[in-house]
Amino acid sequence: MLKKLDFSANQGEFVALLGPNGAGKTTFLRILSTLAKPNFGSVTISGFQLPNQSAHIRQRLGVVSHQPLLYGDLSAEENLKFFSRLYGLHPAKDRIAEILKLIGLEKRKFDLVRTYSRGMQQRLAIGRAILHDPEVLLLDEPHTGLDQDASNILDGILNQVAMRGRTVVMTSHDLGRVANLASRFDVLTRGFIQASINIKDLPKHGLLEYYQDVLANSDEKVKAHAS
Amino acid sequence: MQAKTSFIKALSAVIWKDLMTELRSKELISGMLVFSLLVIFIFNFSLEMDARTRNSVTAGVIWVTLIFAGTIGLNRSMAVEKDRGCLDGLLLAPVDRTAIYFGKSIANLIFMLIVAAIILPVYSLLYNNNVISLGLILVILLGSEGYVAVGTLLSSMAVQARTRDILLPILLFPVIIPILIAAVKASNGFLNGVPFNELMTWIYLLIAYDVIFTSVAFMVFDAIVEE
Repeated sequence: MLKKLDFSANQGEFVALLGPNGAGKTTFLRILSTLAKPNFGSVTISGFQLPNQSAHIRQRLGVVSHQPLLYGDLSAEENLKFFSRLYGLHPAKDRIAEILKLIGLEKRKFDLVRTYSRGMQQRLAIGRAILHDPEVLLLDEPHTGLDQDASNILDGILNQVAMRGRTVVMTSHDLGRVANLASRFDVLTRGFIQASINIKDLPKHGLLEYYQDVLANSDEKVKAHAS
Repeated sequence: MQAKTSFIKALSAVIWKDLMTELRSKELISGMLVFSLLVIFIFNFSLEMDARTRNSVTAGVIWVTLIFAGTIGLNRSMAVEKDRGCLDGLLLAPVDRTAIYFGKSIANLIFMLIVAAIILPVYSLLYNNNVISLGLILVILLGSEGYVAVGTLLSSMAVQARTRDILLPILLFPVIIPILIAAVKASNGFLNGVPFNELMTWIYLLIAYDVIFTSVAFMVFDAIVEE
């Protein structure tokens, strides 16, 4: 359960949201992505407020979740064509070709998605998420289930998105990877942001130690409160 | 930034997607068809009927077959959306969510009418009793519309549950009793040569049911699919 969670990200920031299982990272992203409603509190994205302006927010969001959100019985091109129609892209043909090239699926664009490997599906999922060139990209553990090569391709795509000045919020357990991608690291545990640090302020011993220190401090606080 | 997608564009995109996925997989219509034909065969062999009895039970057999087969179709139609998180993909799009509902409803109606178009001639052949008439086609159109209007709404609720296959008929069948009664009475009248004006009460009931449930679905779909 999320409580007293205060989070903001500036345009162009790449925020890695870290935290143990059950900390509320996925719930938080589902609220940001308009898929879940908070019981109280307010959410503002690109100047639009939830829930009243959720359609405006969805227009500016790209979301990559645990699942690919793709139709297995459609080809990659057909999936992108379908979502381009939902996002009102017109003409979409050039944009679809551009995305397929970016994610490296040009040669397999006519194949049904259910014949794709997990890595290819994840690349297409990212292609779907950035199809409408969103201002904000939300990613929920996008590296899960990917091998090294697929993860490297994914990181390349994410770097390109970040370089275009888009805001990225990504949850992950892979500290090694996010250390090379993100510009800020927030640690979410027990339902709120325990700590936040910019990459330039990271201590010399690195992200892993910093993360473990934050979790250890959080546990001590809870023990002290309980006693 | 592209404009918010129009209702009609979103609706047609959802219909196109449902028809394309079905064209590829053929899971939904083949399941509904095999089930319908089996039910008709079972009725044929289990009930030894003379011509007069046959006339009186025809409407009931046709509607029971259509309703049961329709439940299979509704379950499958929503299961496709749930399998890879596709429902979330639809809900993330910046479209009026009722366009998603109407798109799925129209696709479900098309599938149901295709099944009806196949089972009516089969029934006529098997029972040596021509049931195809303009009146019956009108009743099937109106009855199927009401059925998919409420069925699509309830299947979008049931799909969230682990026991969705069992839950849908439990939720759906009590609600569709009025439409089943009206459809069977009107169909029976047409099959037995009752004049059109004497069956208007049942036709009006079907129209009223269609309007009420389509309107209710229009109002509540957004709330139902939101967490």
